[in-house]
Amino acid sequence: MSKLGNLGARLHRGEIGYDFVGKRWIWYGVSILITVVAIAGLAVRGLNMGIEFQGGAVFTTERTSVSVSQAEEYAEEASGHDAIVQKLGNGALRIQVAGVDTGKSDQIKETLAEDLKTDPEKINADLVGPSWGDQIANKAWQGLAIFMVLVVIYLAIAFEWRMAVAALVALIHDITITVGVYALVGFEVTPGTVIGLLTILGYSLYDTVVVFDSLKEQTKDITKQTRWTYSEIADRSINGTLVRSINTTVVALLPVAGLLFIGGGVLGAGMLNDISLSLFVGLAAGAYSSIFIATPLVADLKEREPQIKALRKRILAKRAAAAAKGESLETPVVERTYGDRDAEDAEDAEGPEDATPAVVGPRAQRAQPSSRGRGRGRPSGKRR
Amino acid sequence: MAAPKKGRQGTQGRPGRTLALILIAIVALTGGMFASGHTTPRLGIDLAGGTSITLQAKNEPGQKNAINPTNMNTAVGIMERRVNGLGVSEAEVQTQGESNIIVNIPKGTNSKQAREQVGTTAKLYFRPVLTTEVSGGPAATPSPSGSGSPSAGSDKEKGSDKEGEKATSSSSPSASATSQGRAVTDALKADPTPSATDSASASASAPASPSAPPPASADPATAELQAQYTALDCTKQTVRAKVGDGVKAGDPTVACGQNAQGQWQKYILGPAEVEGTDVDKASAVFDTQGAAGWKVTMDFTDKGGKKFASITGKLAQNQSPQNQFAIVLDGEVVSDPYVSQALTGGTAEISGSFTQQESQDLANMLSYGALPLTFTEASVTTVTAALGGEQLEAGLIAGAIGLALVVIYLLVYYRGLSLIAIASLLVSAALTYAIMSLLGPTIGFALNLPAVCGAIVAIGITADSFIVFFERIRDEIREGRSMRPAVERGWPRARRTILVSDFVSFLAAAVLFVVTVGKVQGFAFTLGLTTLLDVVVVFFFTKPLMTILARKKFFAEGHSWSGLDPKRLGVQPPLRRTRRVSAPVDTKEA
Repeated sequence: MSKLGNLGARLHRGEIGYDFVGKRWIWYGVSILITVVAIAGLAVRGLNMGIEFQGGAVFTTERTSVSVSQAEEYAEEASGHDAIVQKLGNGALRIQVAGVDTGKSDQIKETLAEDLKTDPEKINADLVGPSWGDQIANKAWQGLAIFMVLVVIYLAIAFEWRMAVAALVALIHDITITVGVYALVGFEVTPGTVIGLLTILGYSLYDTVVVFDSLKEQTKDITKQTRWTYSEIADRSINGTLVRSINTTVVALLPVAGLLFIGGGVLGAGMLNDISLSLFVGLAAGAYSSIFIATPLVADLKEREPQIKALRKRILAKRAAAAAKGESLETPVVERTYGDRDAEDAEDAEGPEDATPAVVGPRAQRAQPSSRGRGRGRPSGKRR
Repeated sequence: MAAPKKGRQGTQGRPGRTLALILIAIVALTGGMFASGHTTPRLGIDLAGGTSITLQAKNEPGQKNAINPTNMNTAVGIMERRVNGLGVSEAEVQTQGESNIIVNIPKGTNSKQAREQVGTTAKLYFRPVLTTEVSGGPAATPSPSGSGSPSAGSDKEKGSDKEGEKATSSSSPSASATSQGRAVTDALKADPTPSATDSASASASAPASPSAPPPASADPATAELQAQYTALDCTKQTVRAKVGDGVKAGDPTVACGQNAQGQWQKYILGPAEVEGTDVDKASAVFDTQGAAGWKVTMDFTDKGGKKFASITGKLAQNQSPQNQFAIVLDGEVVSDPYVSQALTGGTAEISGSFTQQESQDLANMLSYGALPLTFTEASVTTVTAALGGEQLEAGLIAGAIGLALVVIYLLVYYRGLSLIAIASLLVSAALTYAIMSLLGPTIGFALNLPAVCGAIVAIGITADSFIVFFERIRDEIREGRSMRPAVERGWPRARRTILVSDFVSFLAAAVLFVVTVGKVQGFAFTLGLTTLLDVVVVFFFTKPLMTILARKKFFAEGHSWSGLDPKRLGVQPPLRRTRRVSAPVDTKEA
């Protein structure tokens, strides 16, 4: 693991890193593409709403030798409606009949029990009136709306409105993608799916907030220094929390994957599967969006602020001036404006030295004059 | 950053005490768990097996604010008594959201009977019969469902609603009547006792020949009511289900009922004279003398008895069919006996071909009163114990595997540090388990499948707090600090991140819990609980433990298996020198 540890250290020092903010348009493009595909899928294919949303009954039998097609026949005969029958992993059957009301389904259950030669008490029945799913969905939308409003207020207070907006965009992005995946793949939407979707809300924001927290800390005194632009610091904070983000995502996805593959594998379709499936998609989207979308978006918004704009101008001017001075001591710093600095960082001499202001820099801006002076006044070679 | 300093003194000073505190809390909770005898969380219906019914209150036309907390609570009380009247002691009835009532009936109970009991409104009226006739021909093969064309049915229904509203002239207490497929009747004519022929399964008869216009009579039925009556076809289930909806007790109405021959009969009924609230208690008795078999006797209250005597006295002077009165239960005529004299005994009977069960159920419902609202079954879930157990097992296996994977990942990545994380996860798990077990008896928390999912998902959120903390410590070490200062400096920053992000997660859980219903709520509850516990564990367990262990040689010197080996973290010796120079700058700030 020392390699990973080193990677963490190098990320921490900013020796290596991905230019998240600089290449943001690529990722915006990717996201917009995915979102458009998701919305198109939603519009064209629509969601495959489960029985809970149309009203109907789901019967689960015990292990049985009756074949799927035979059970389908039985069910259609008993109910007079179309039936969908699935064989579950443990040999049980899952029979769905849409469009029957809760009173009717009892009769179907008894007829089915007779046909399948089993005790009606041994058949699970999930009977749902047509308005129940709507009610759950409506409540979910309501919850979603309230939550979004509260979260935006909270983030606007705890951080600032730009971050709140970016977090909201990331959140909508995650939900759109998850819903889109459901539409495209044709997974059935059940209350379990809705639950999973709602969890993504919390989780996607949770992830985003951790990155924002680091961003906020590092940009606290940004206007008091003239070394890094906002975007660069944003990039740095993403890279700095990258290890955490990866670890967290892995740790969060592992149990969900367990739930999805083991829970689903043992039981076939069911609530465990529904919840974990939407969670799995949503968590992955959430981890992606907090890094590739939310933070670059904040940087974009921030760079429009007059102060930050001015800062950027100052910095660029300064760098230009330094460059004009020739290939002097400042060059490495100028060139380290993200993009092709890897080549330089490969030479160990510059790496750690640059890291000093980089890491401390944003935090140490108050002591800027001294630290900047130190960095500039001293030829980089001296340090070695 | 003033806050960190405060915190530093608080937690750094006596890490041992904080640790002891949480250990005491665990012991206390576990002790309480064993002392109360609830050593396992109460399982929800979907895991333990049983039947869960969600009833949704229906909005009645003309009663906008009927669905309010008072009415809902009354309904819950009545349902509870009814279910318990069946001898089901473990059933629980609770409101959920604004307009839902959840009834959970554990396995091993006659769930079908319980369903009928809780959902039936049981609004009882004694109404004088103004006119009646057979609707449709003789009873034939029962057709599976309302086989009539739905459009015709809804047209009629619209008509009837309009009538109901127009006819609103009296100001007697509002009430509604709905058919719940309950019993039916024909009068045992000439018998002064109310009687009923029960056919709870309410099978529809085949559509019949159009009925003849009602005999002209001097009754006060309006022309509209007459038209409605003419159009009424009681053989259609969809029609029956709607007839009399939203009609007030004080208004005349049309109604359907089934006579002894199984034929559907339609009625125009006068305003209600005696109501279910006038019934003091009802009981099922076996008629040993007559051939009536099981019947339900009702004792009226004083007031009810007088009213009943006066109405029967009045009716007895009328000509047939206006010497009949109808016992209307939930909109359907259960019985329409003739009256030949005033009945002053303060009691009445409903008899018919009841089974013992049916008569007892009816008596039970009448005794505990009518529900203030009408309910429809929004969902019914029946889970066999076997499947519930299987799902629980699958959930637990999935959780265990997930946990194991997380542990392995942490071990590989964080080495020695992961022991702290694993210990913290275990503490968190112990606390969650103990609290869930204790919440069962106290607030009725039941662990259902979504809640299990919530707990599994929470593993990720809990582990993330440790990851944030560890990464902070590692960052500090990378900046050249030794172990102890690294922990103390890393903590305030990690703490803020943890609090901010957990707050968002908790907010999500809280909103979901308040807004949503049913399964979503169980999930939200677990998520919220585990998020809170995460904060508790990180503050009172992980941090003090880290502080203590930071003094130990193994961690302090950065043993290569400690997960904090400076070399492995990529700290480079020349770097250290420069770090020290910059260190004071940082301290000043922090």
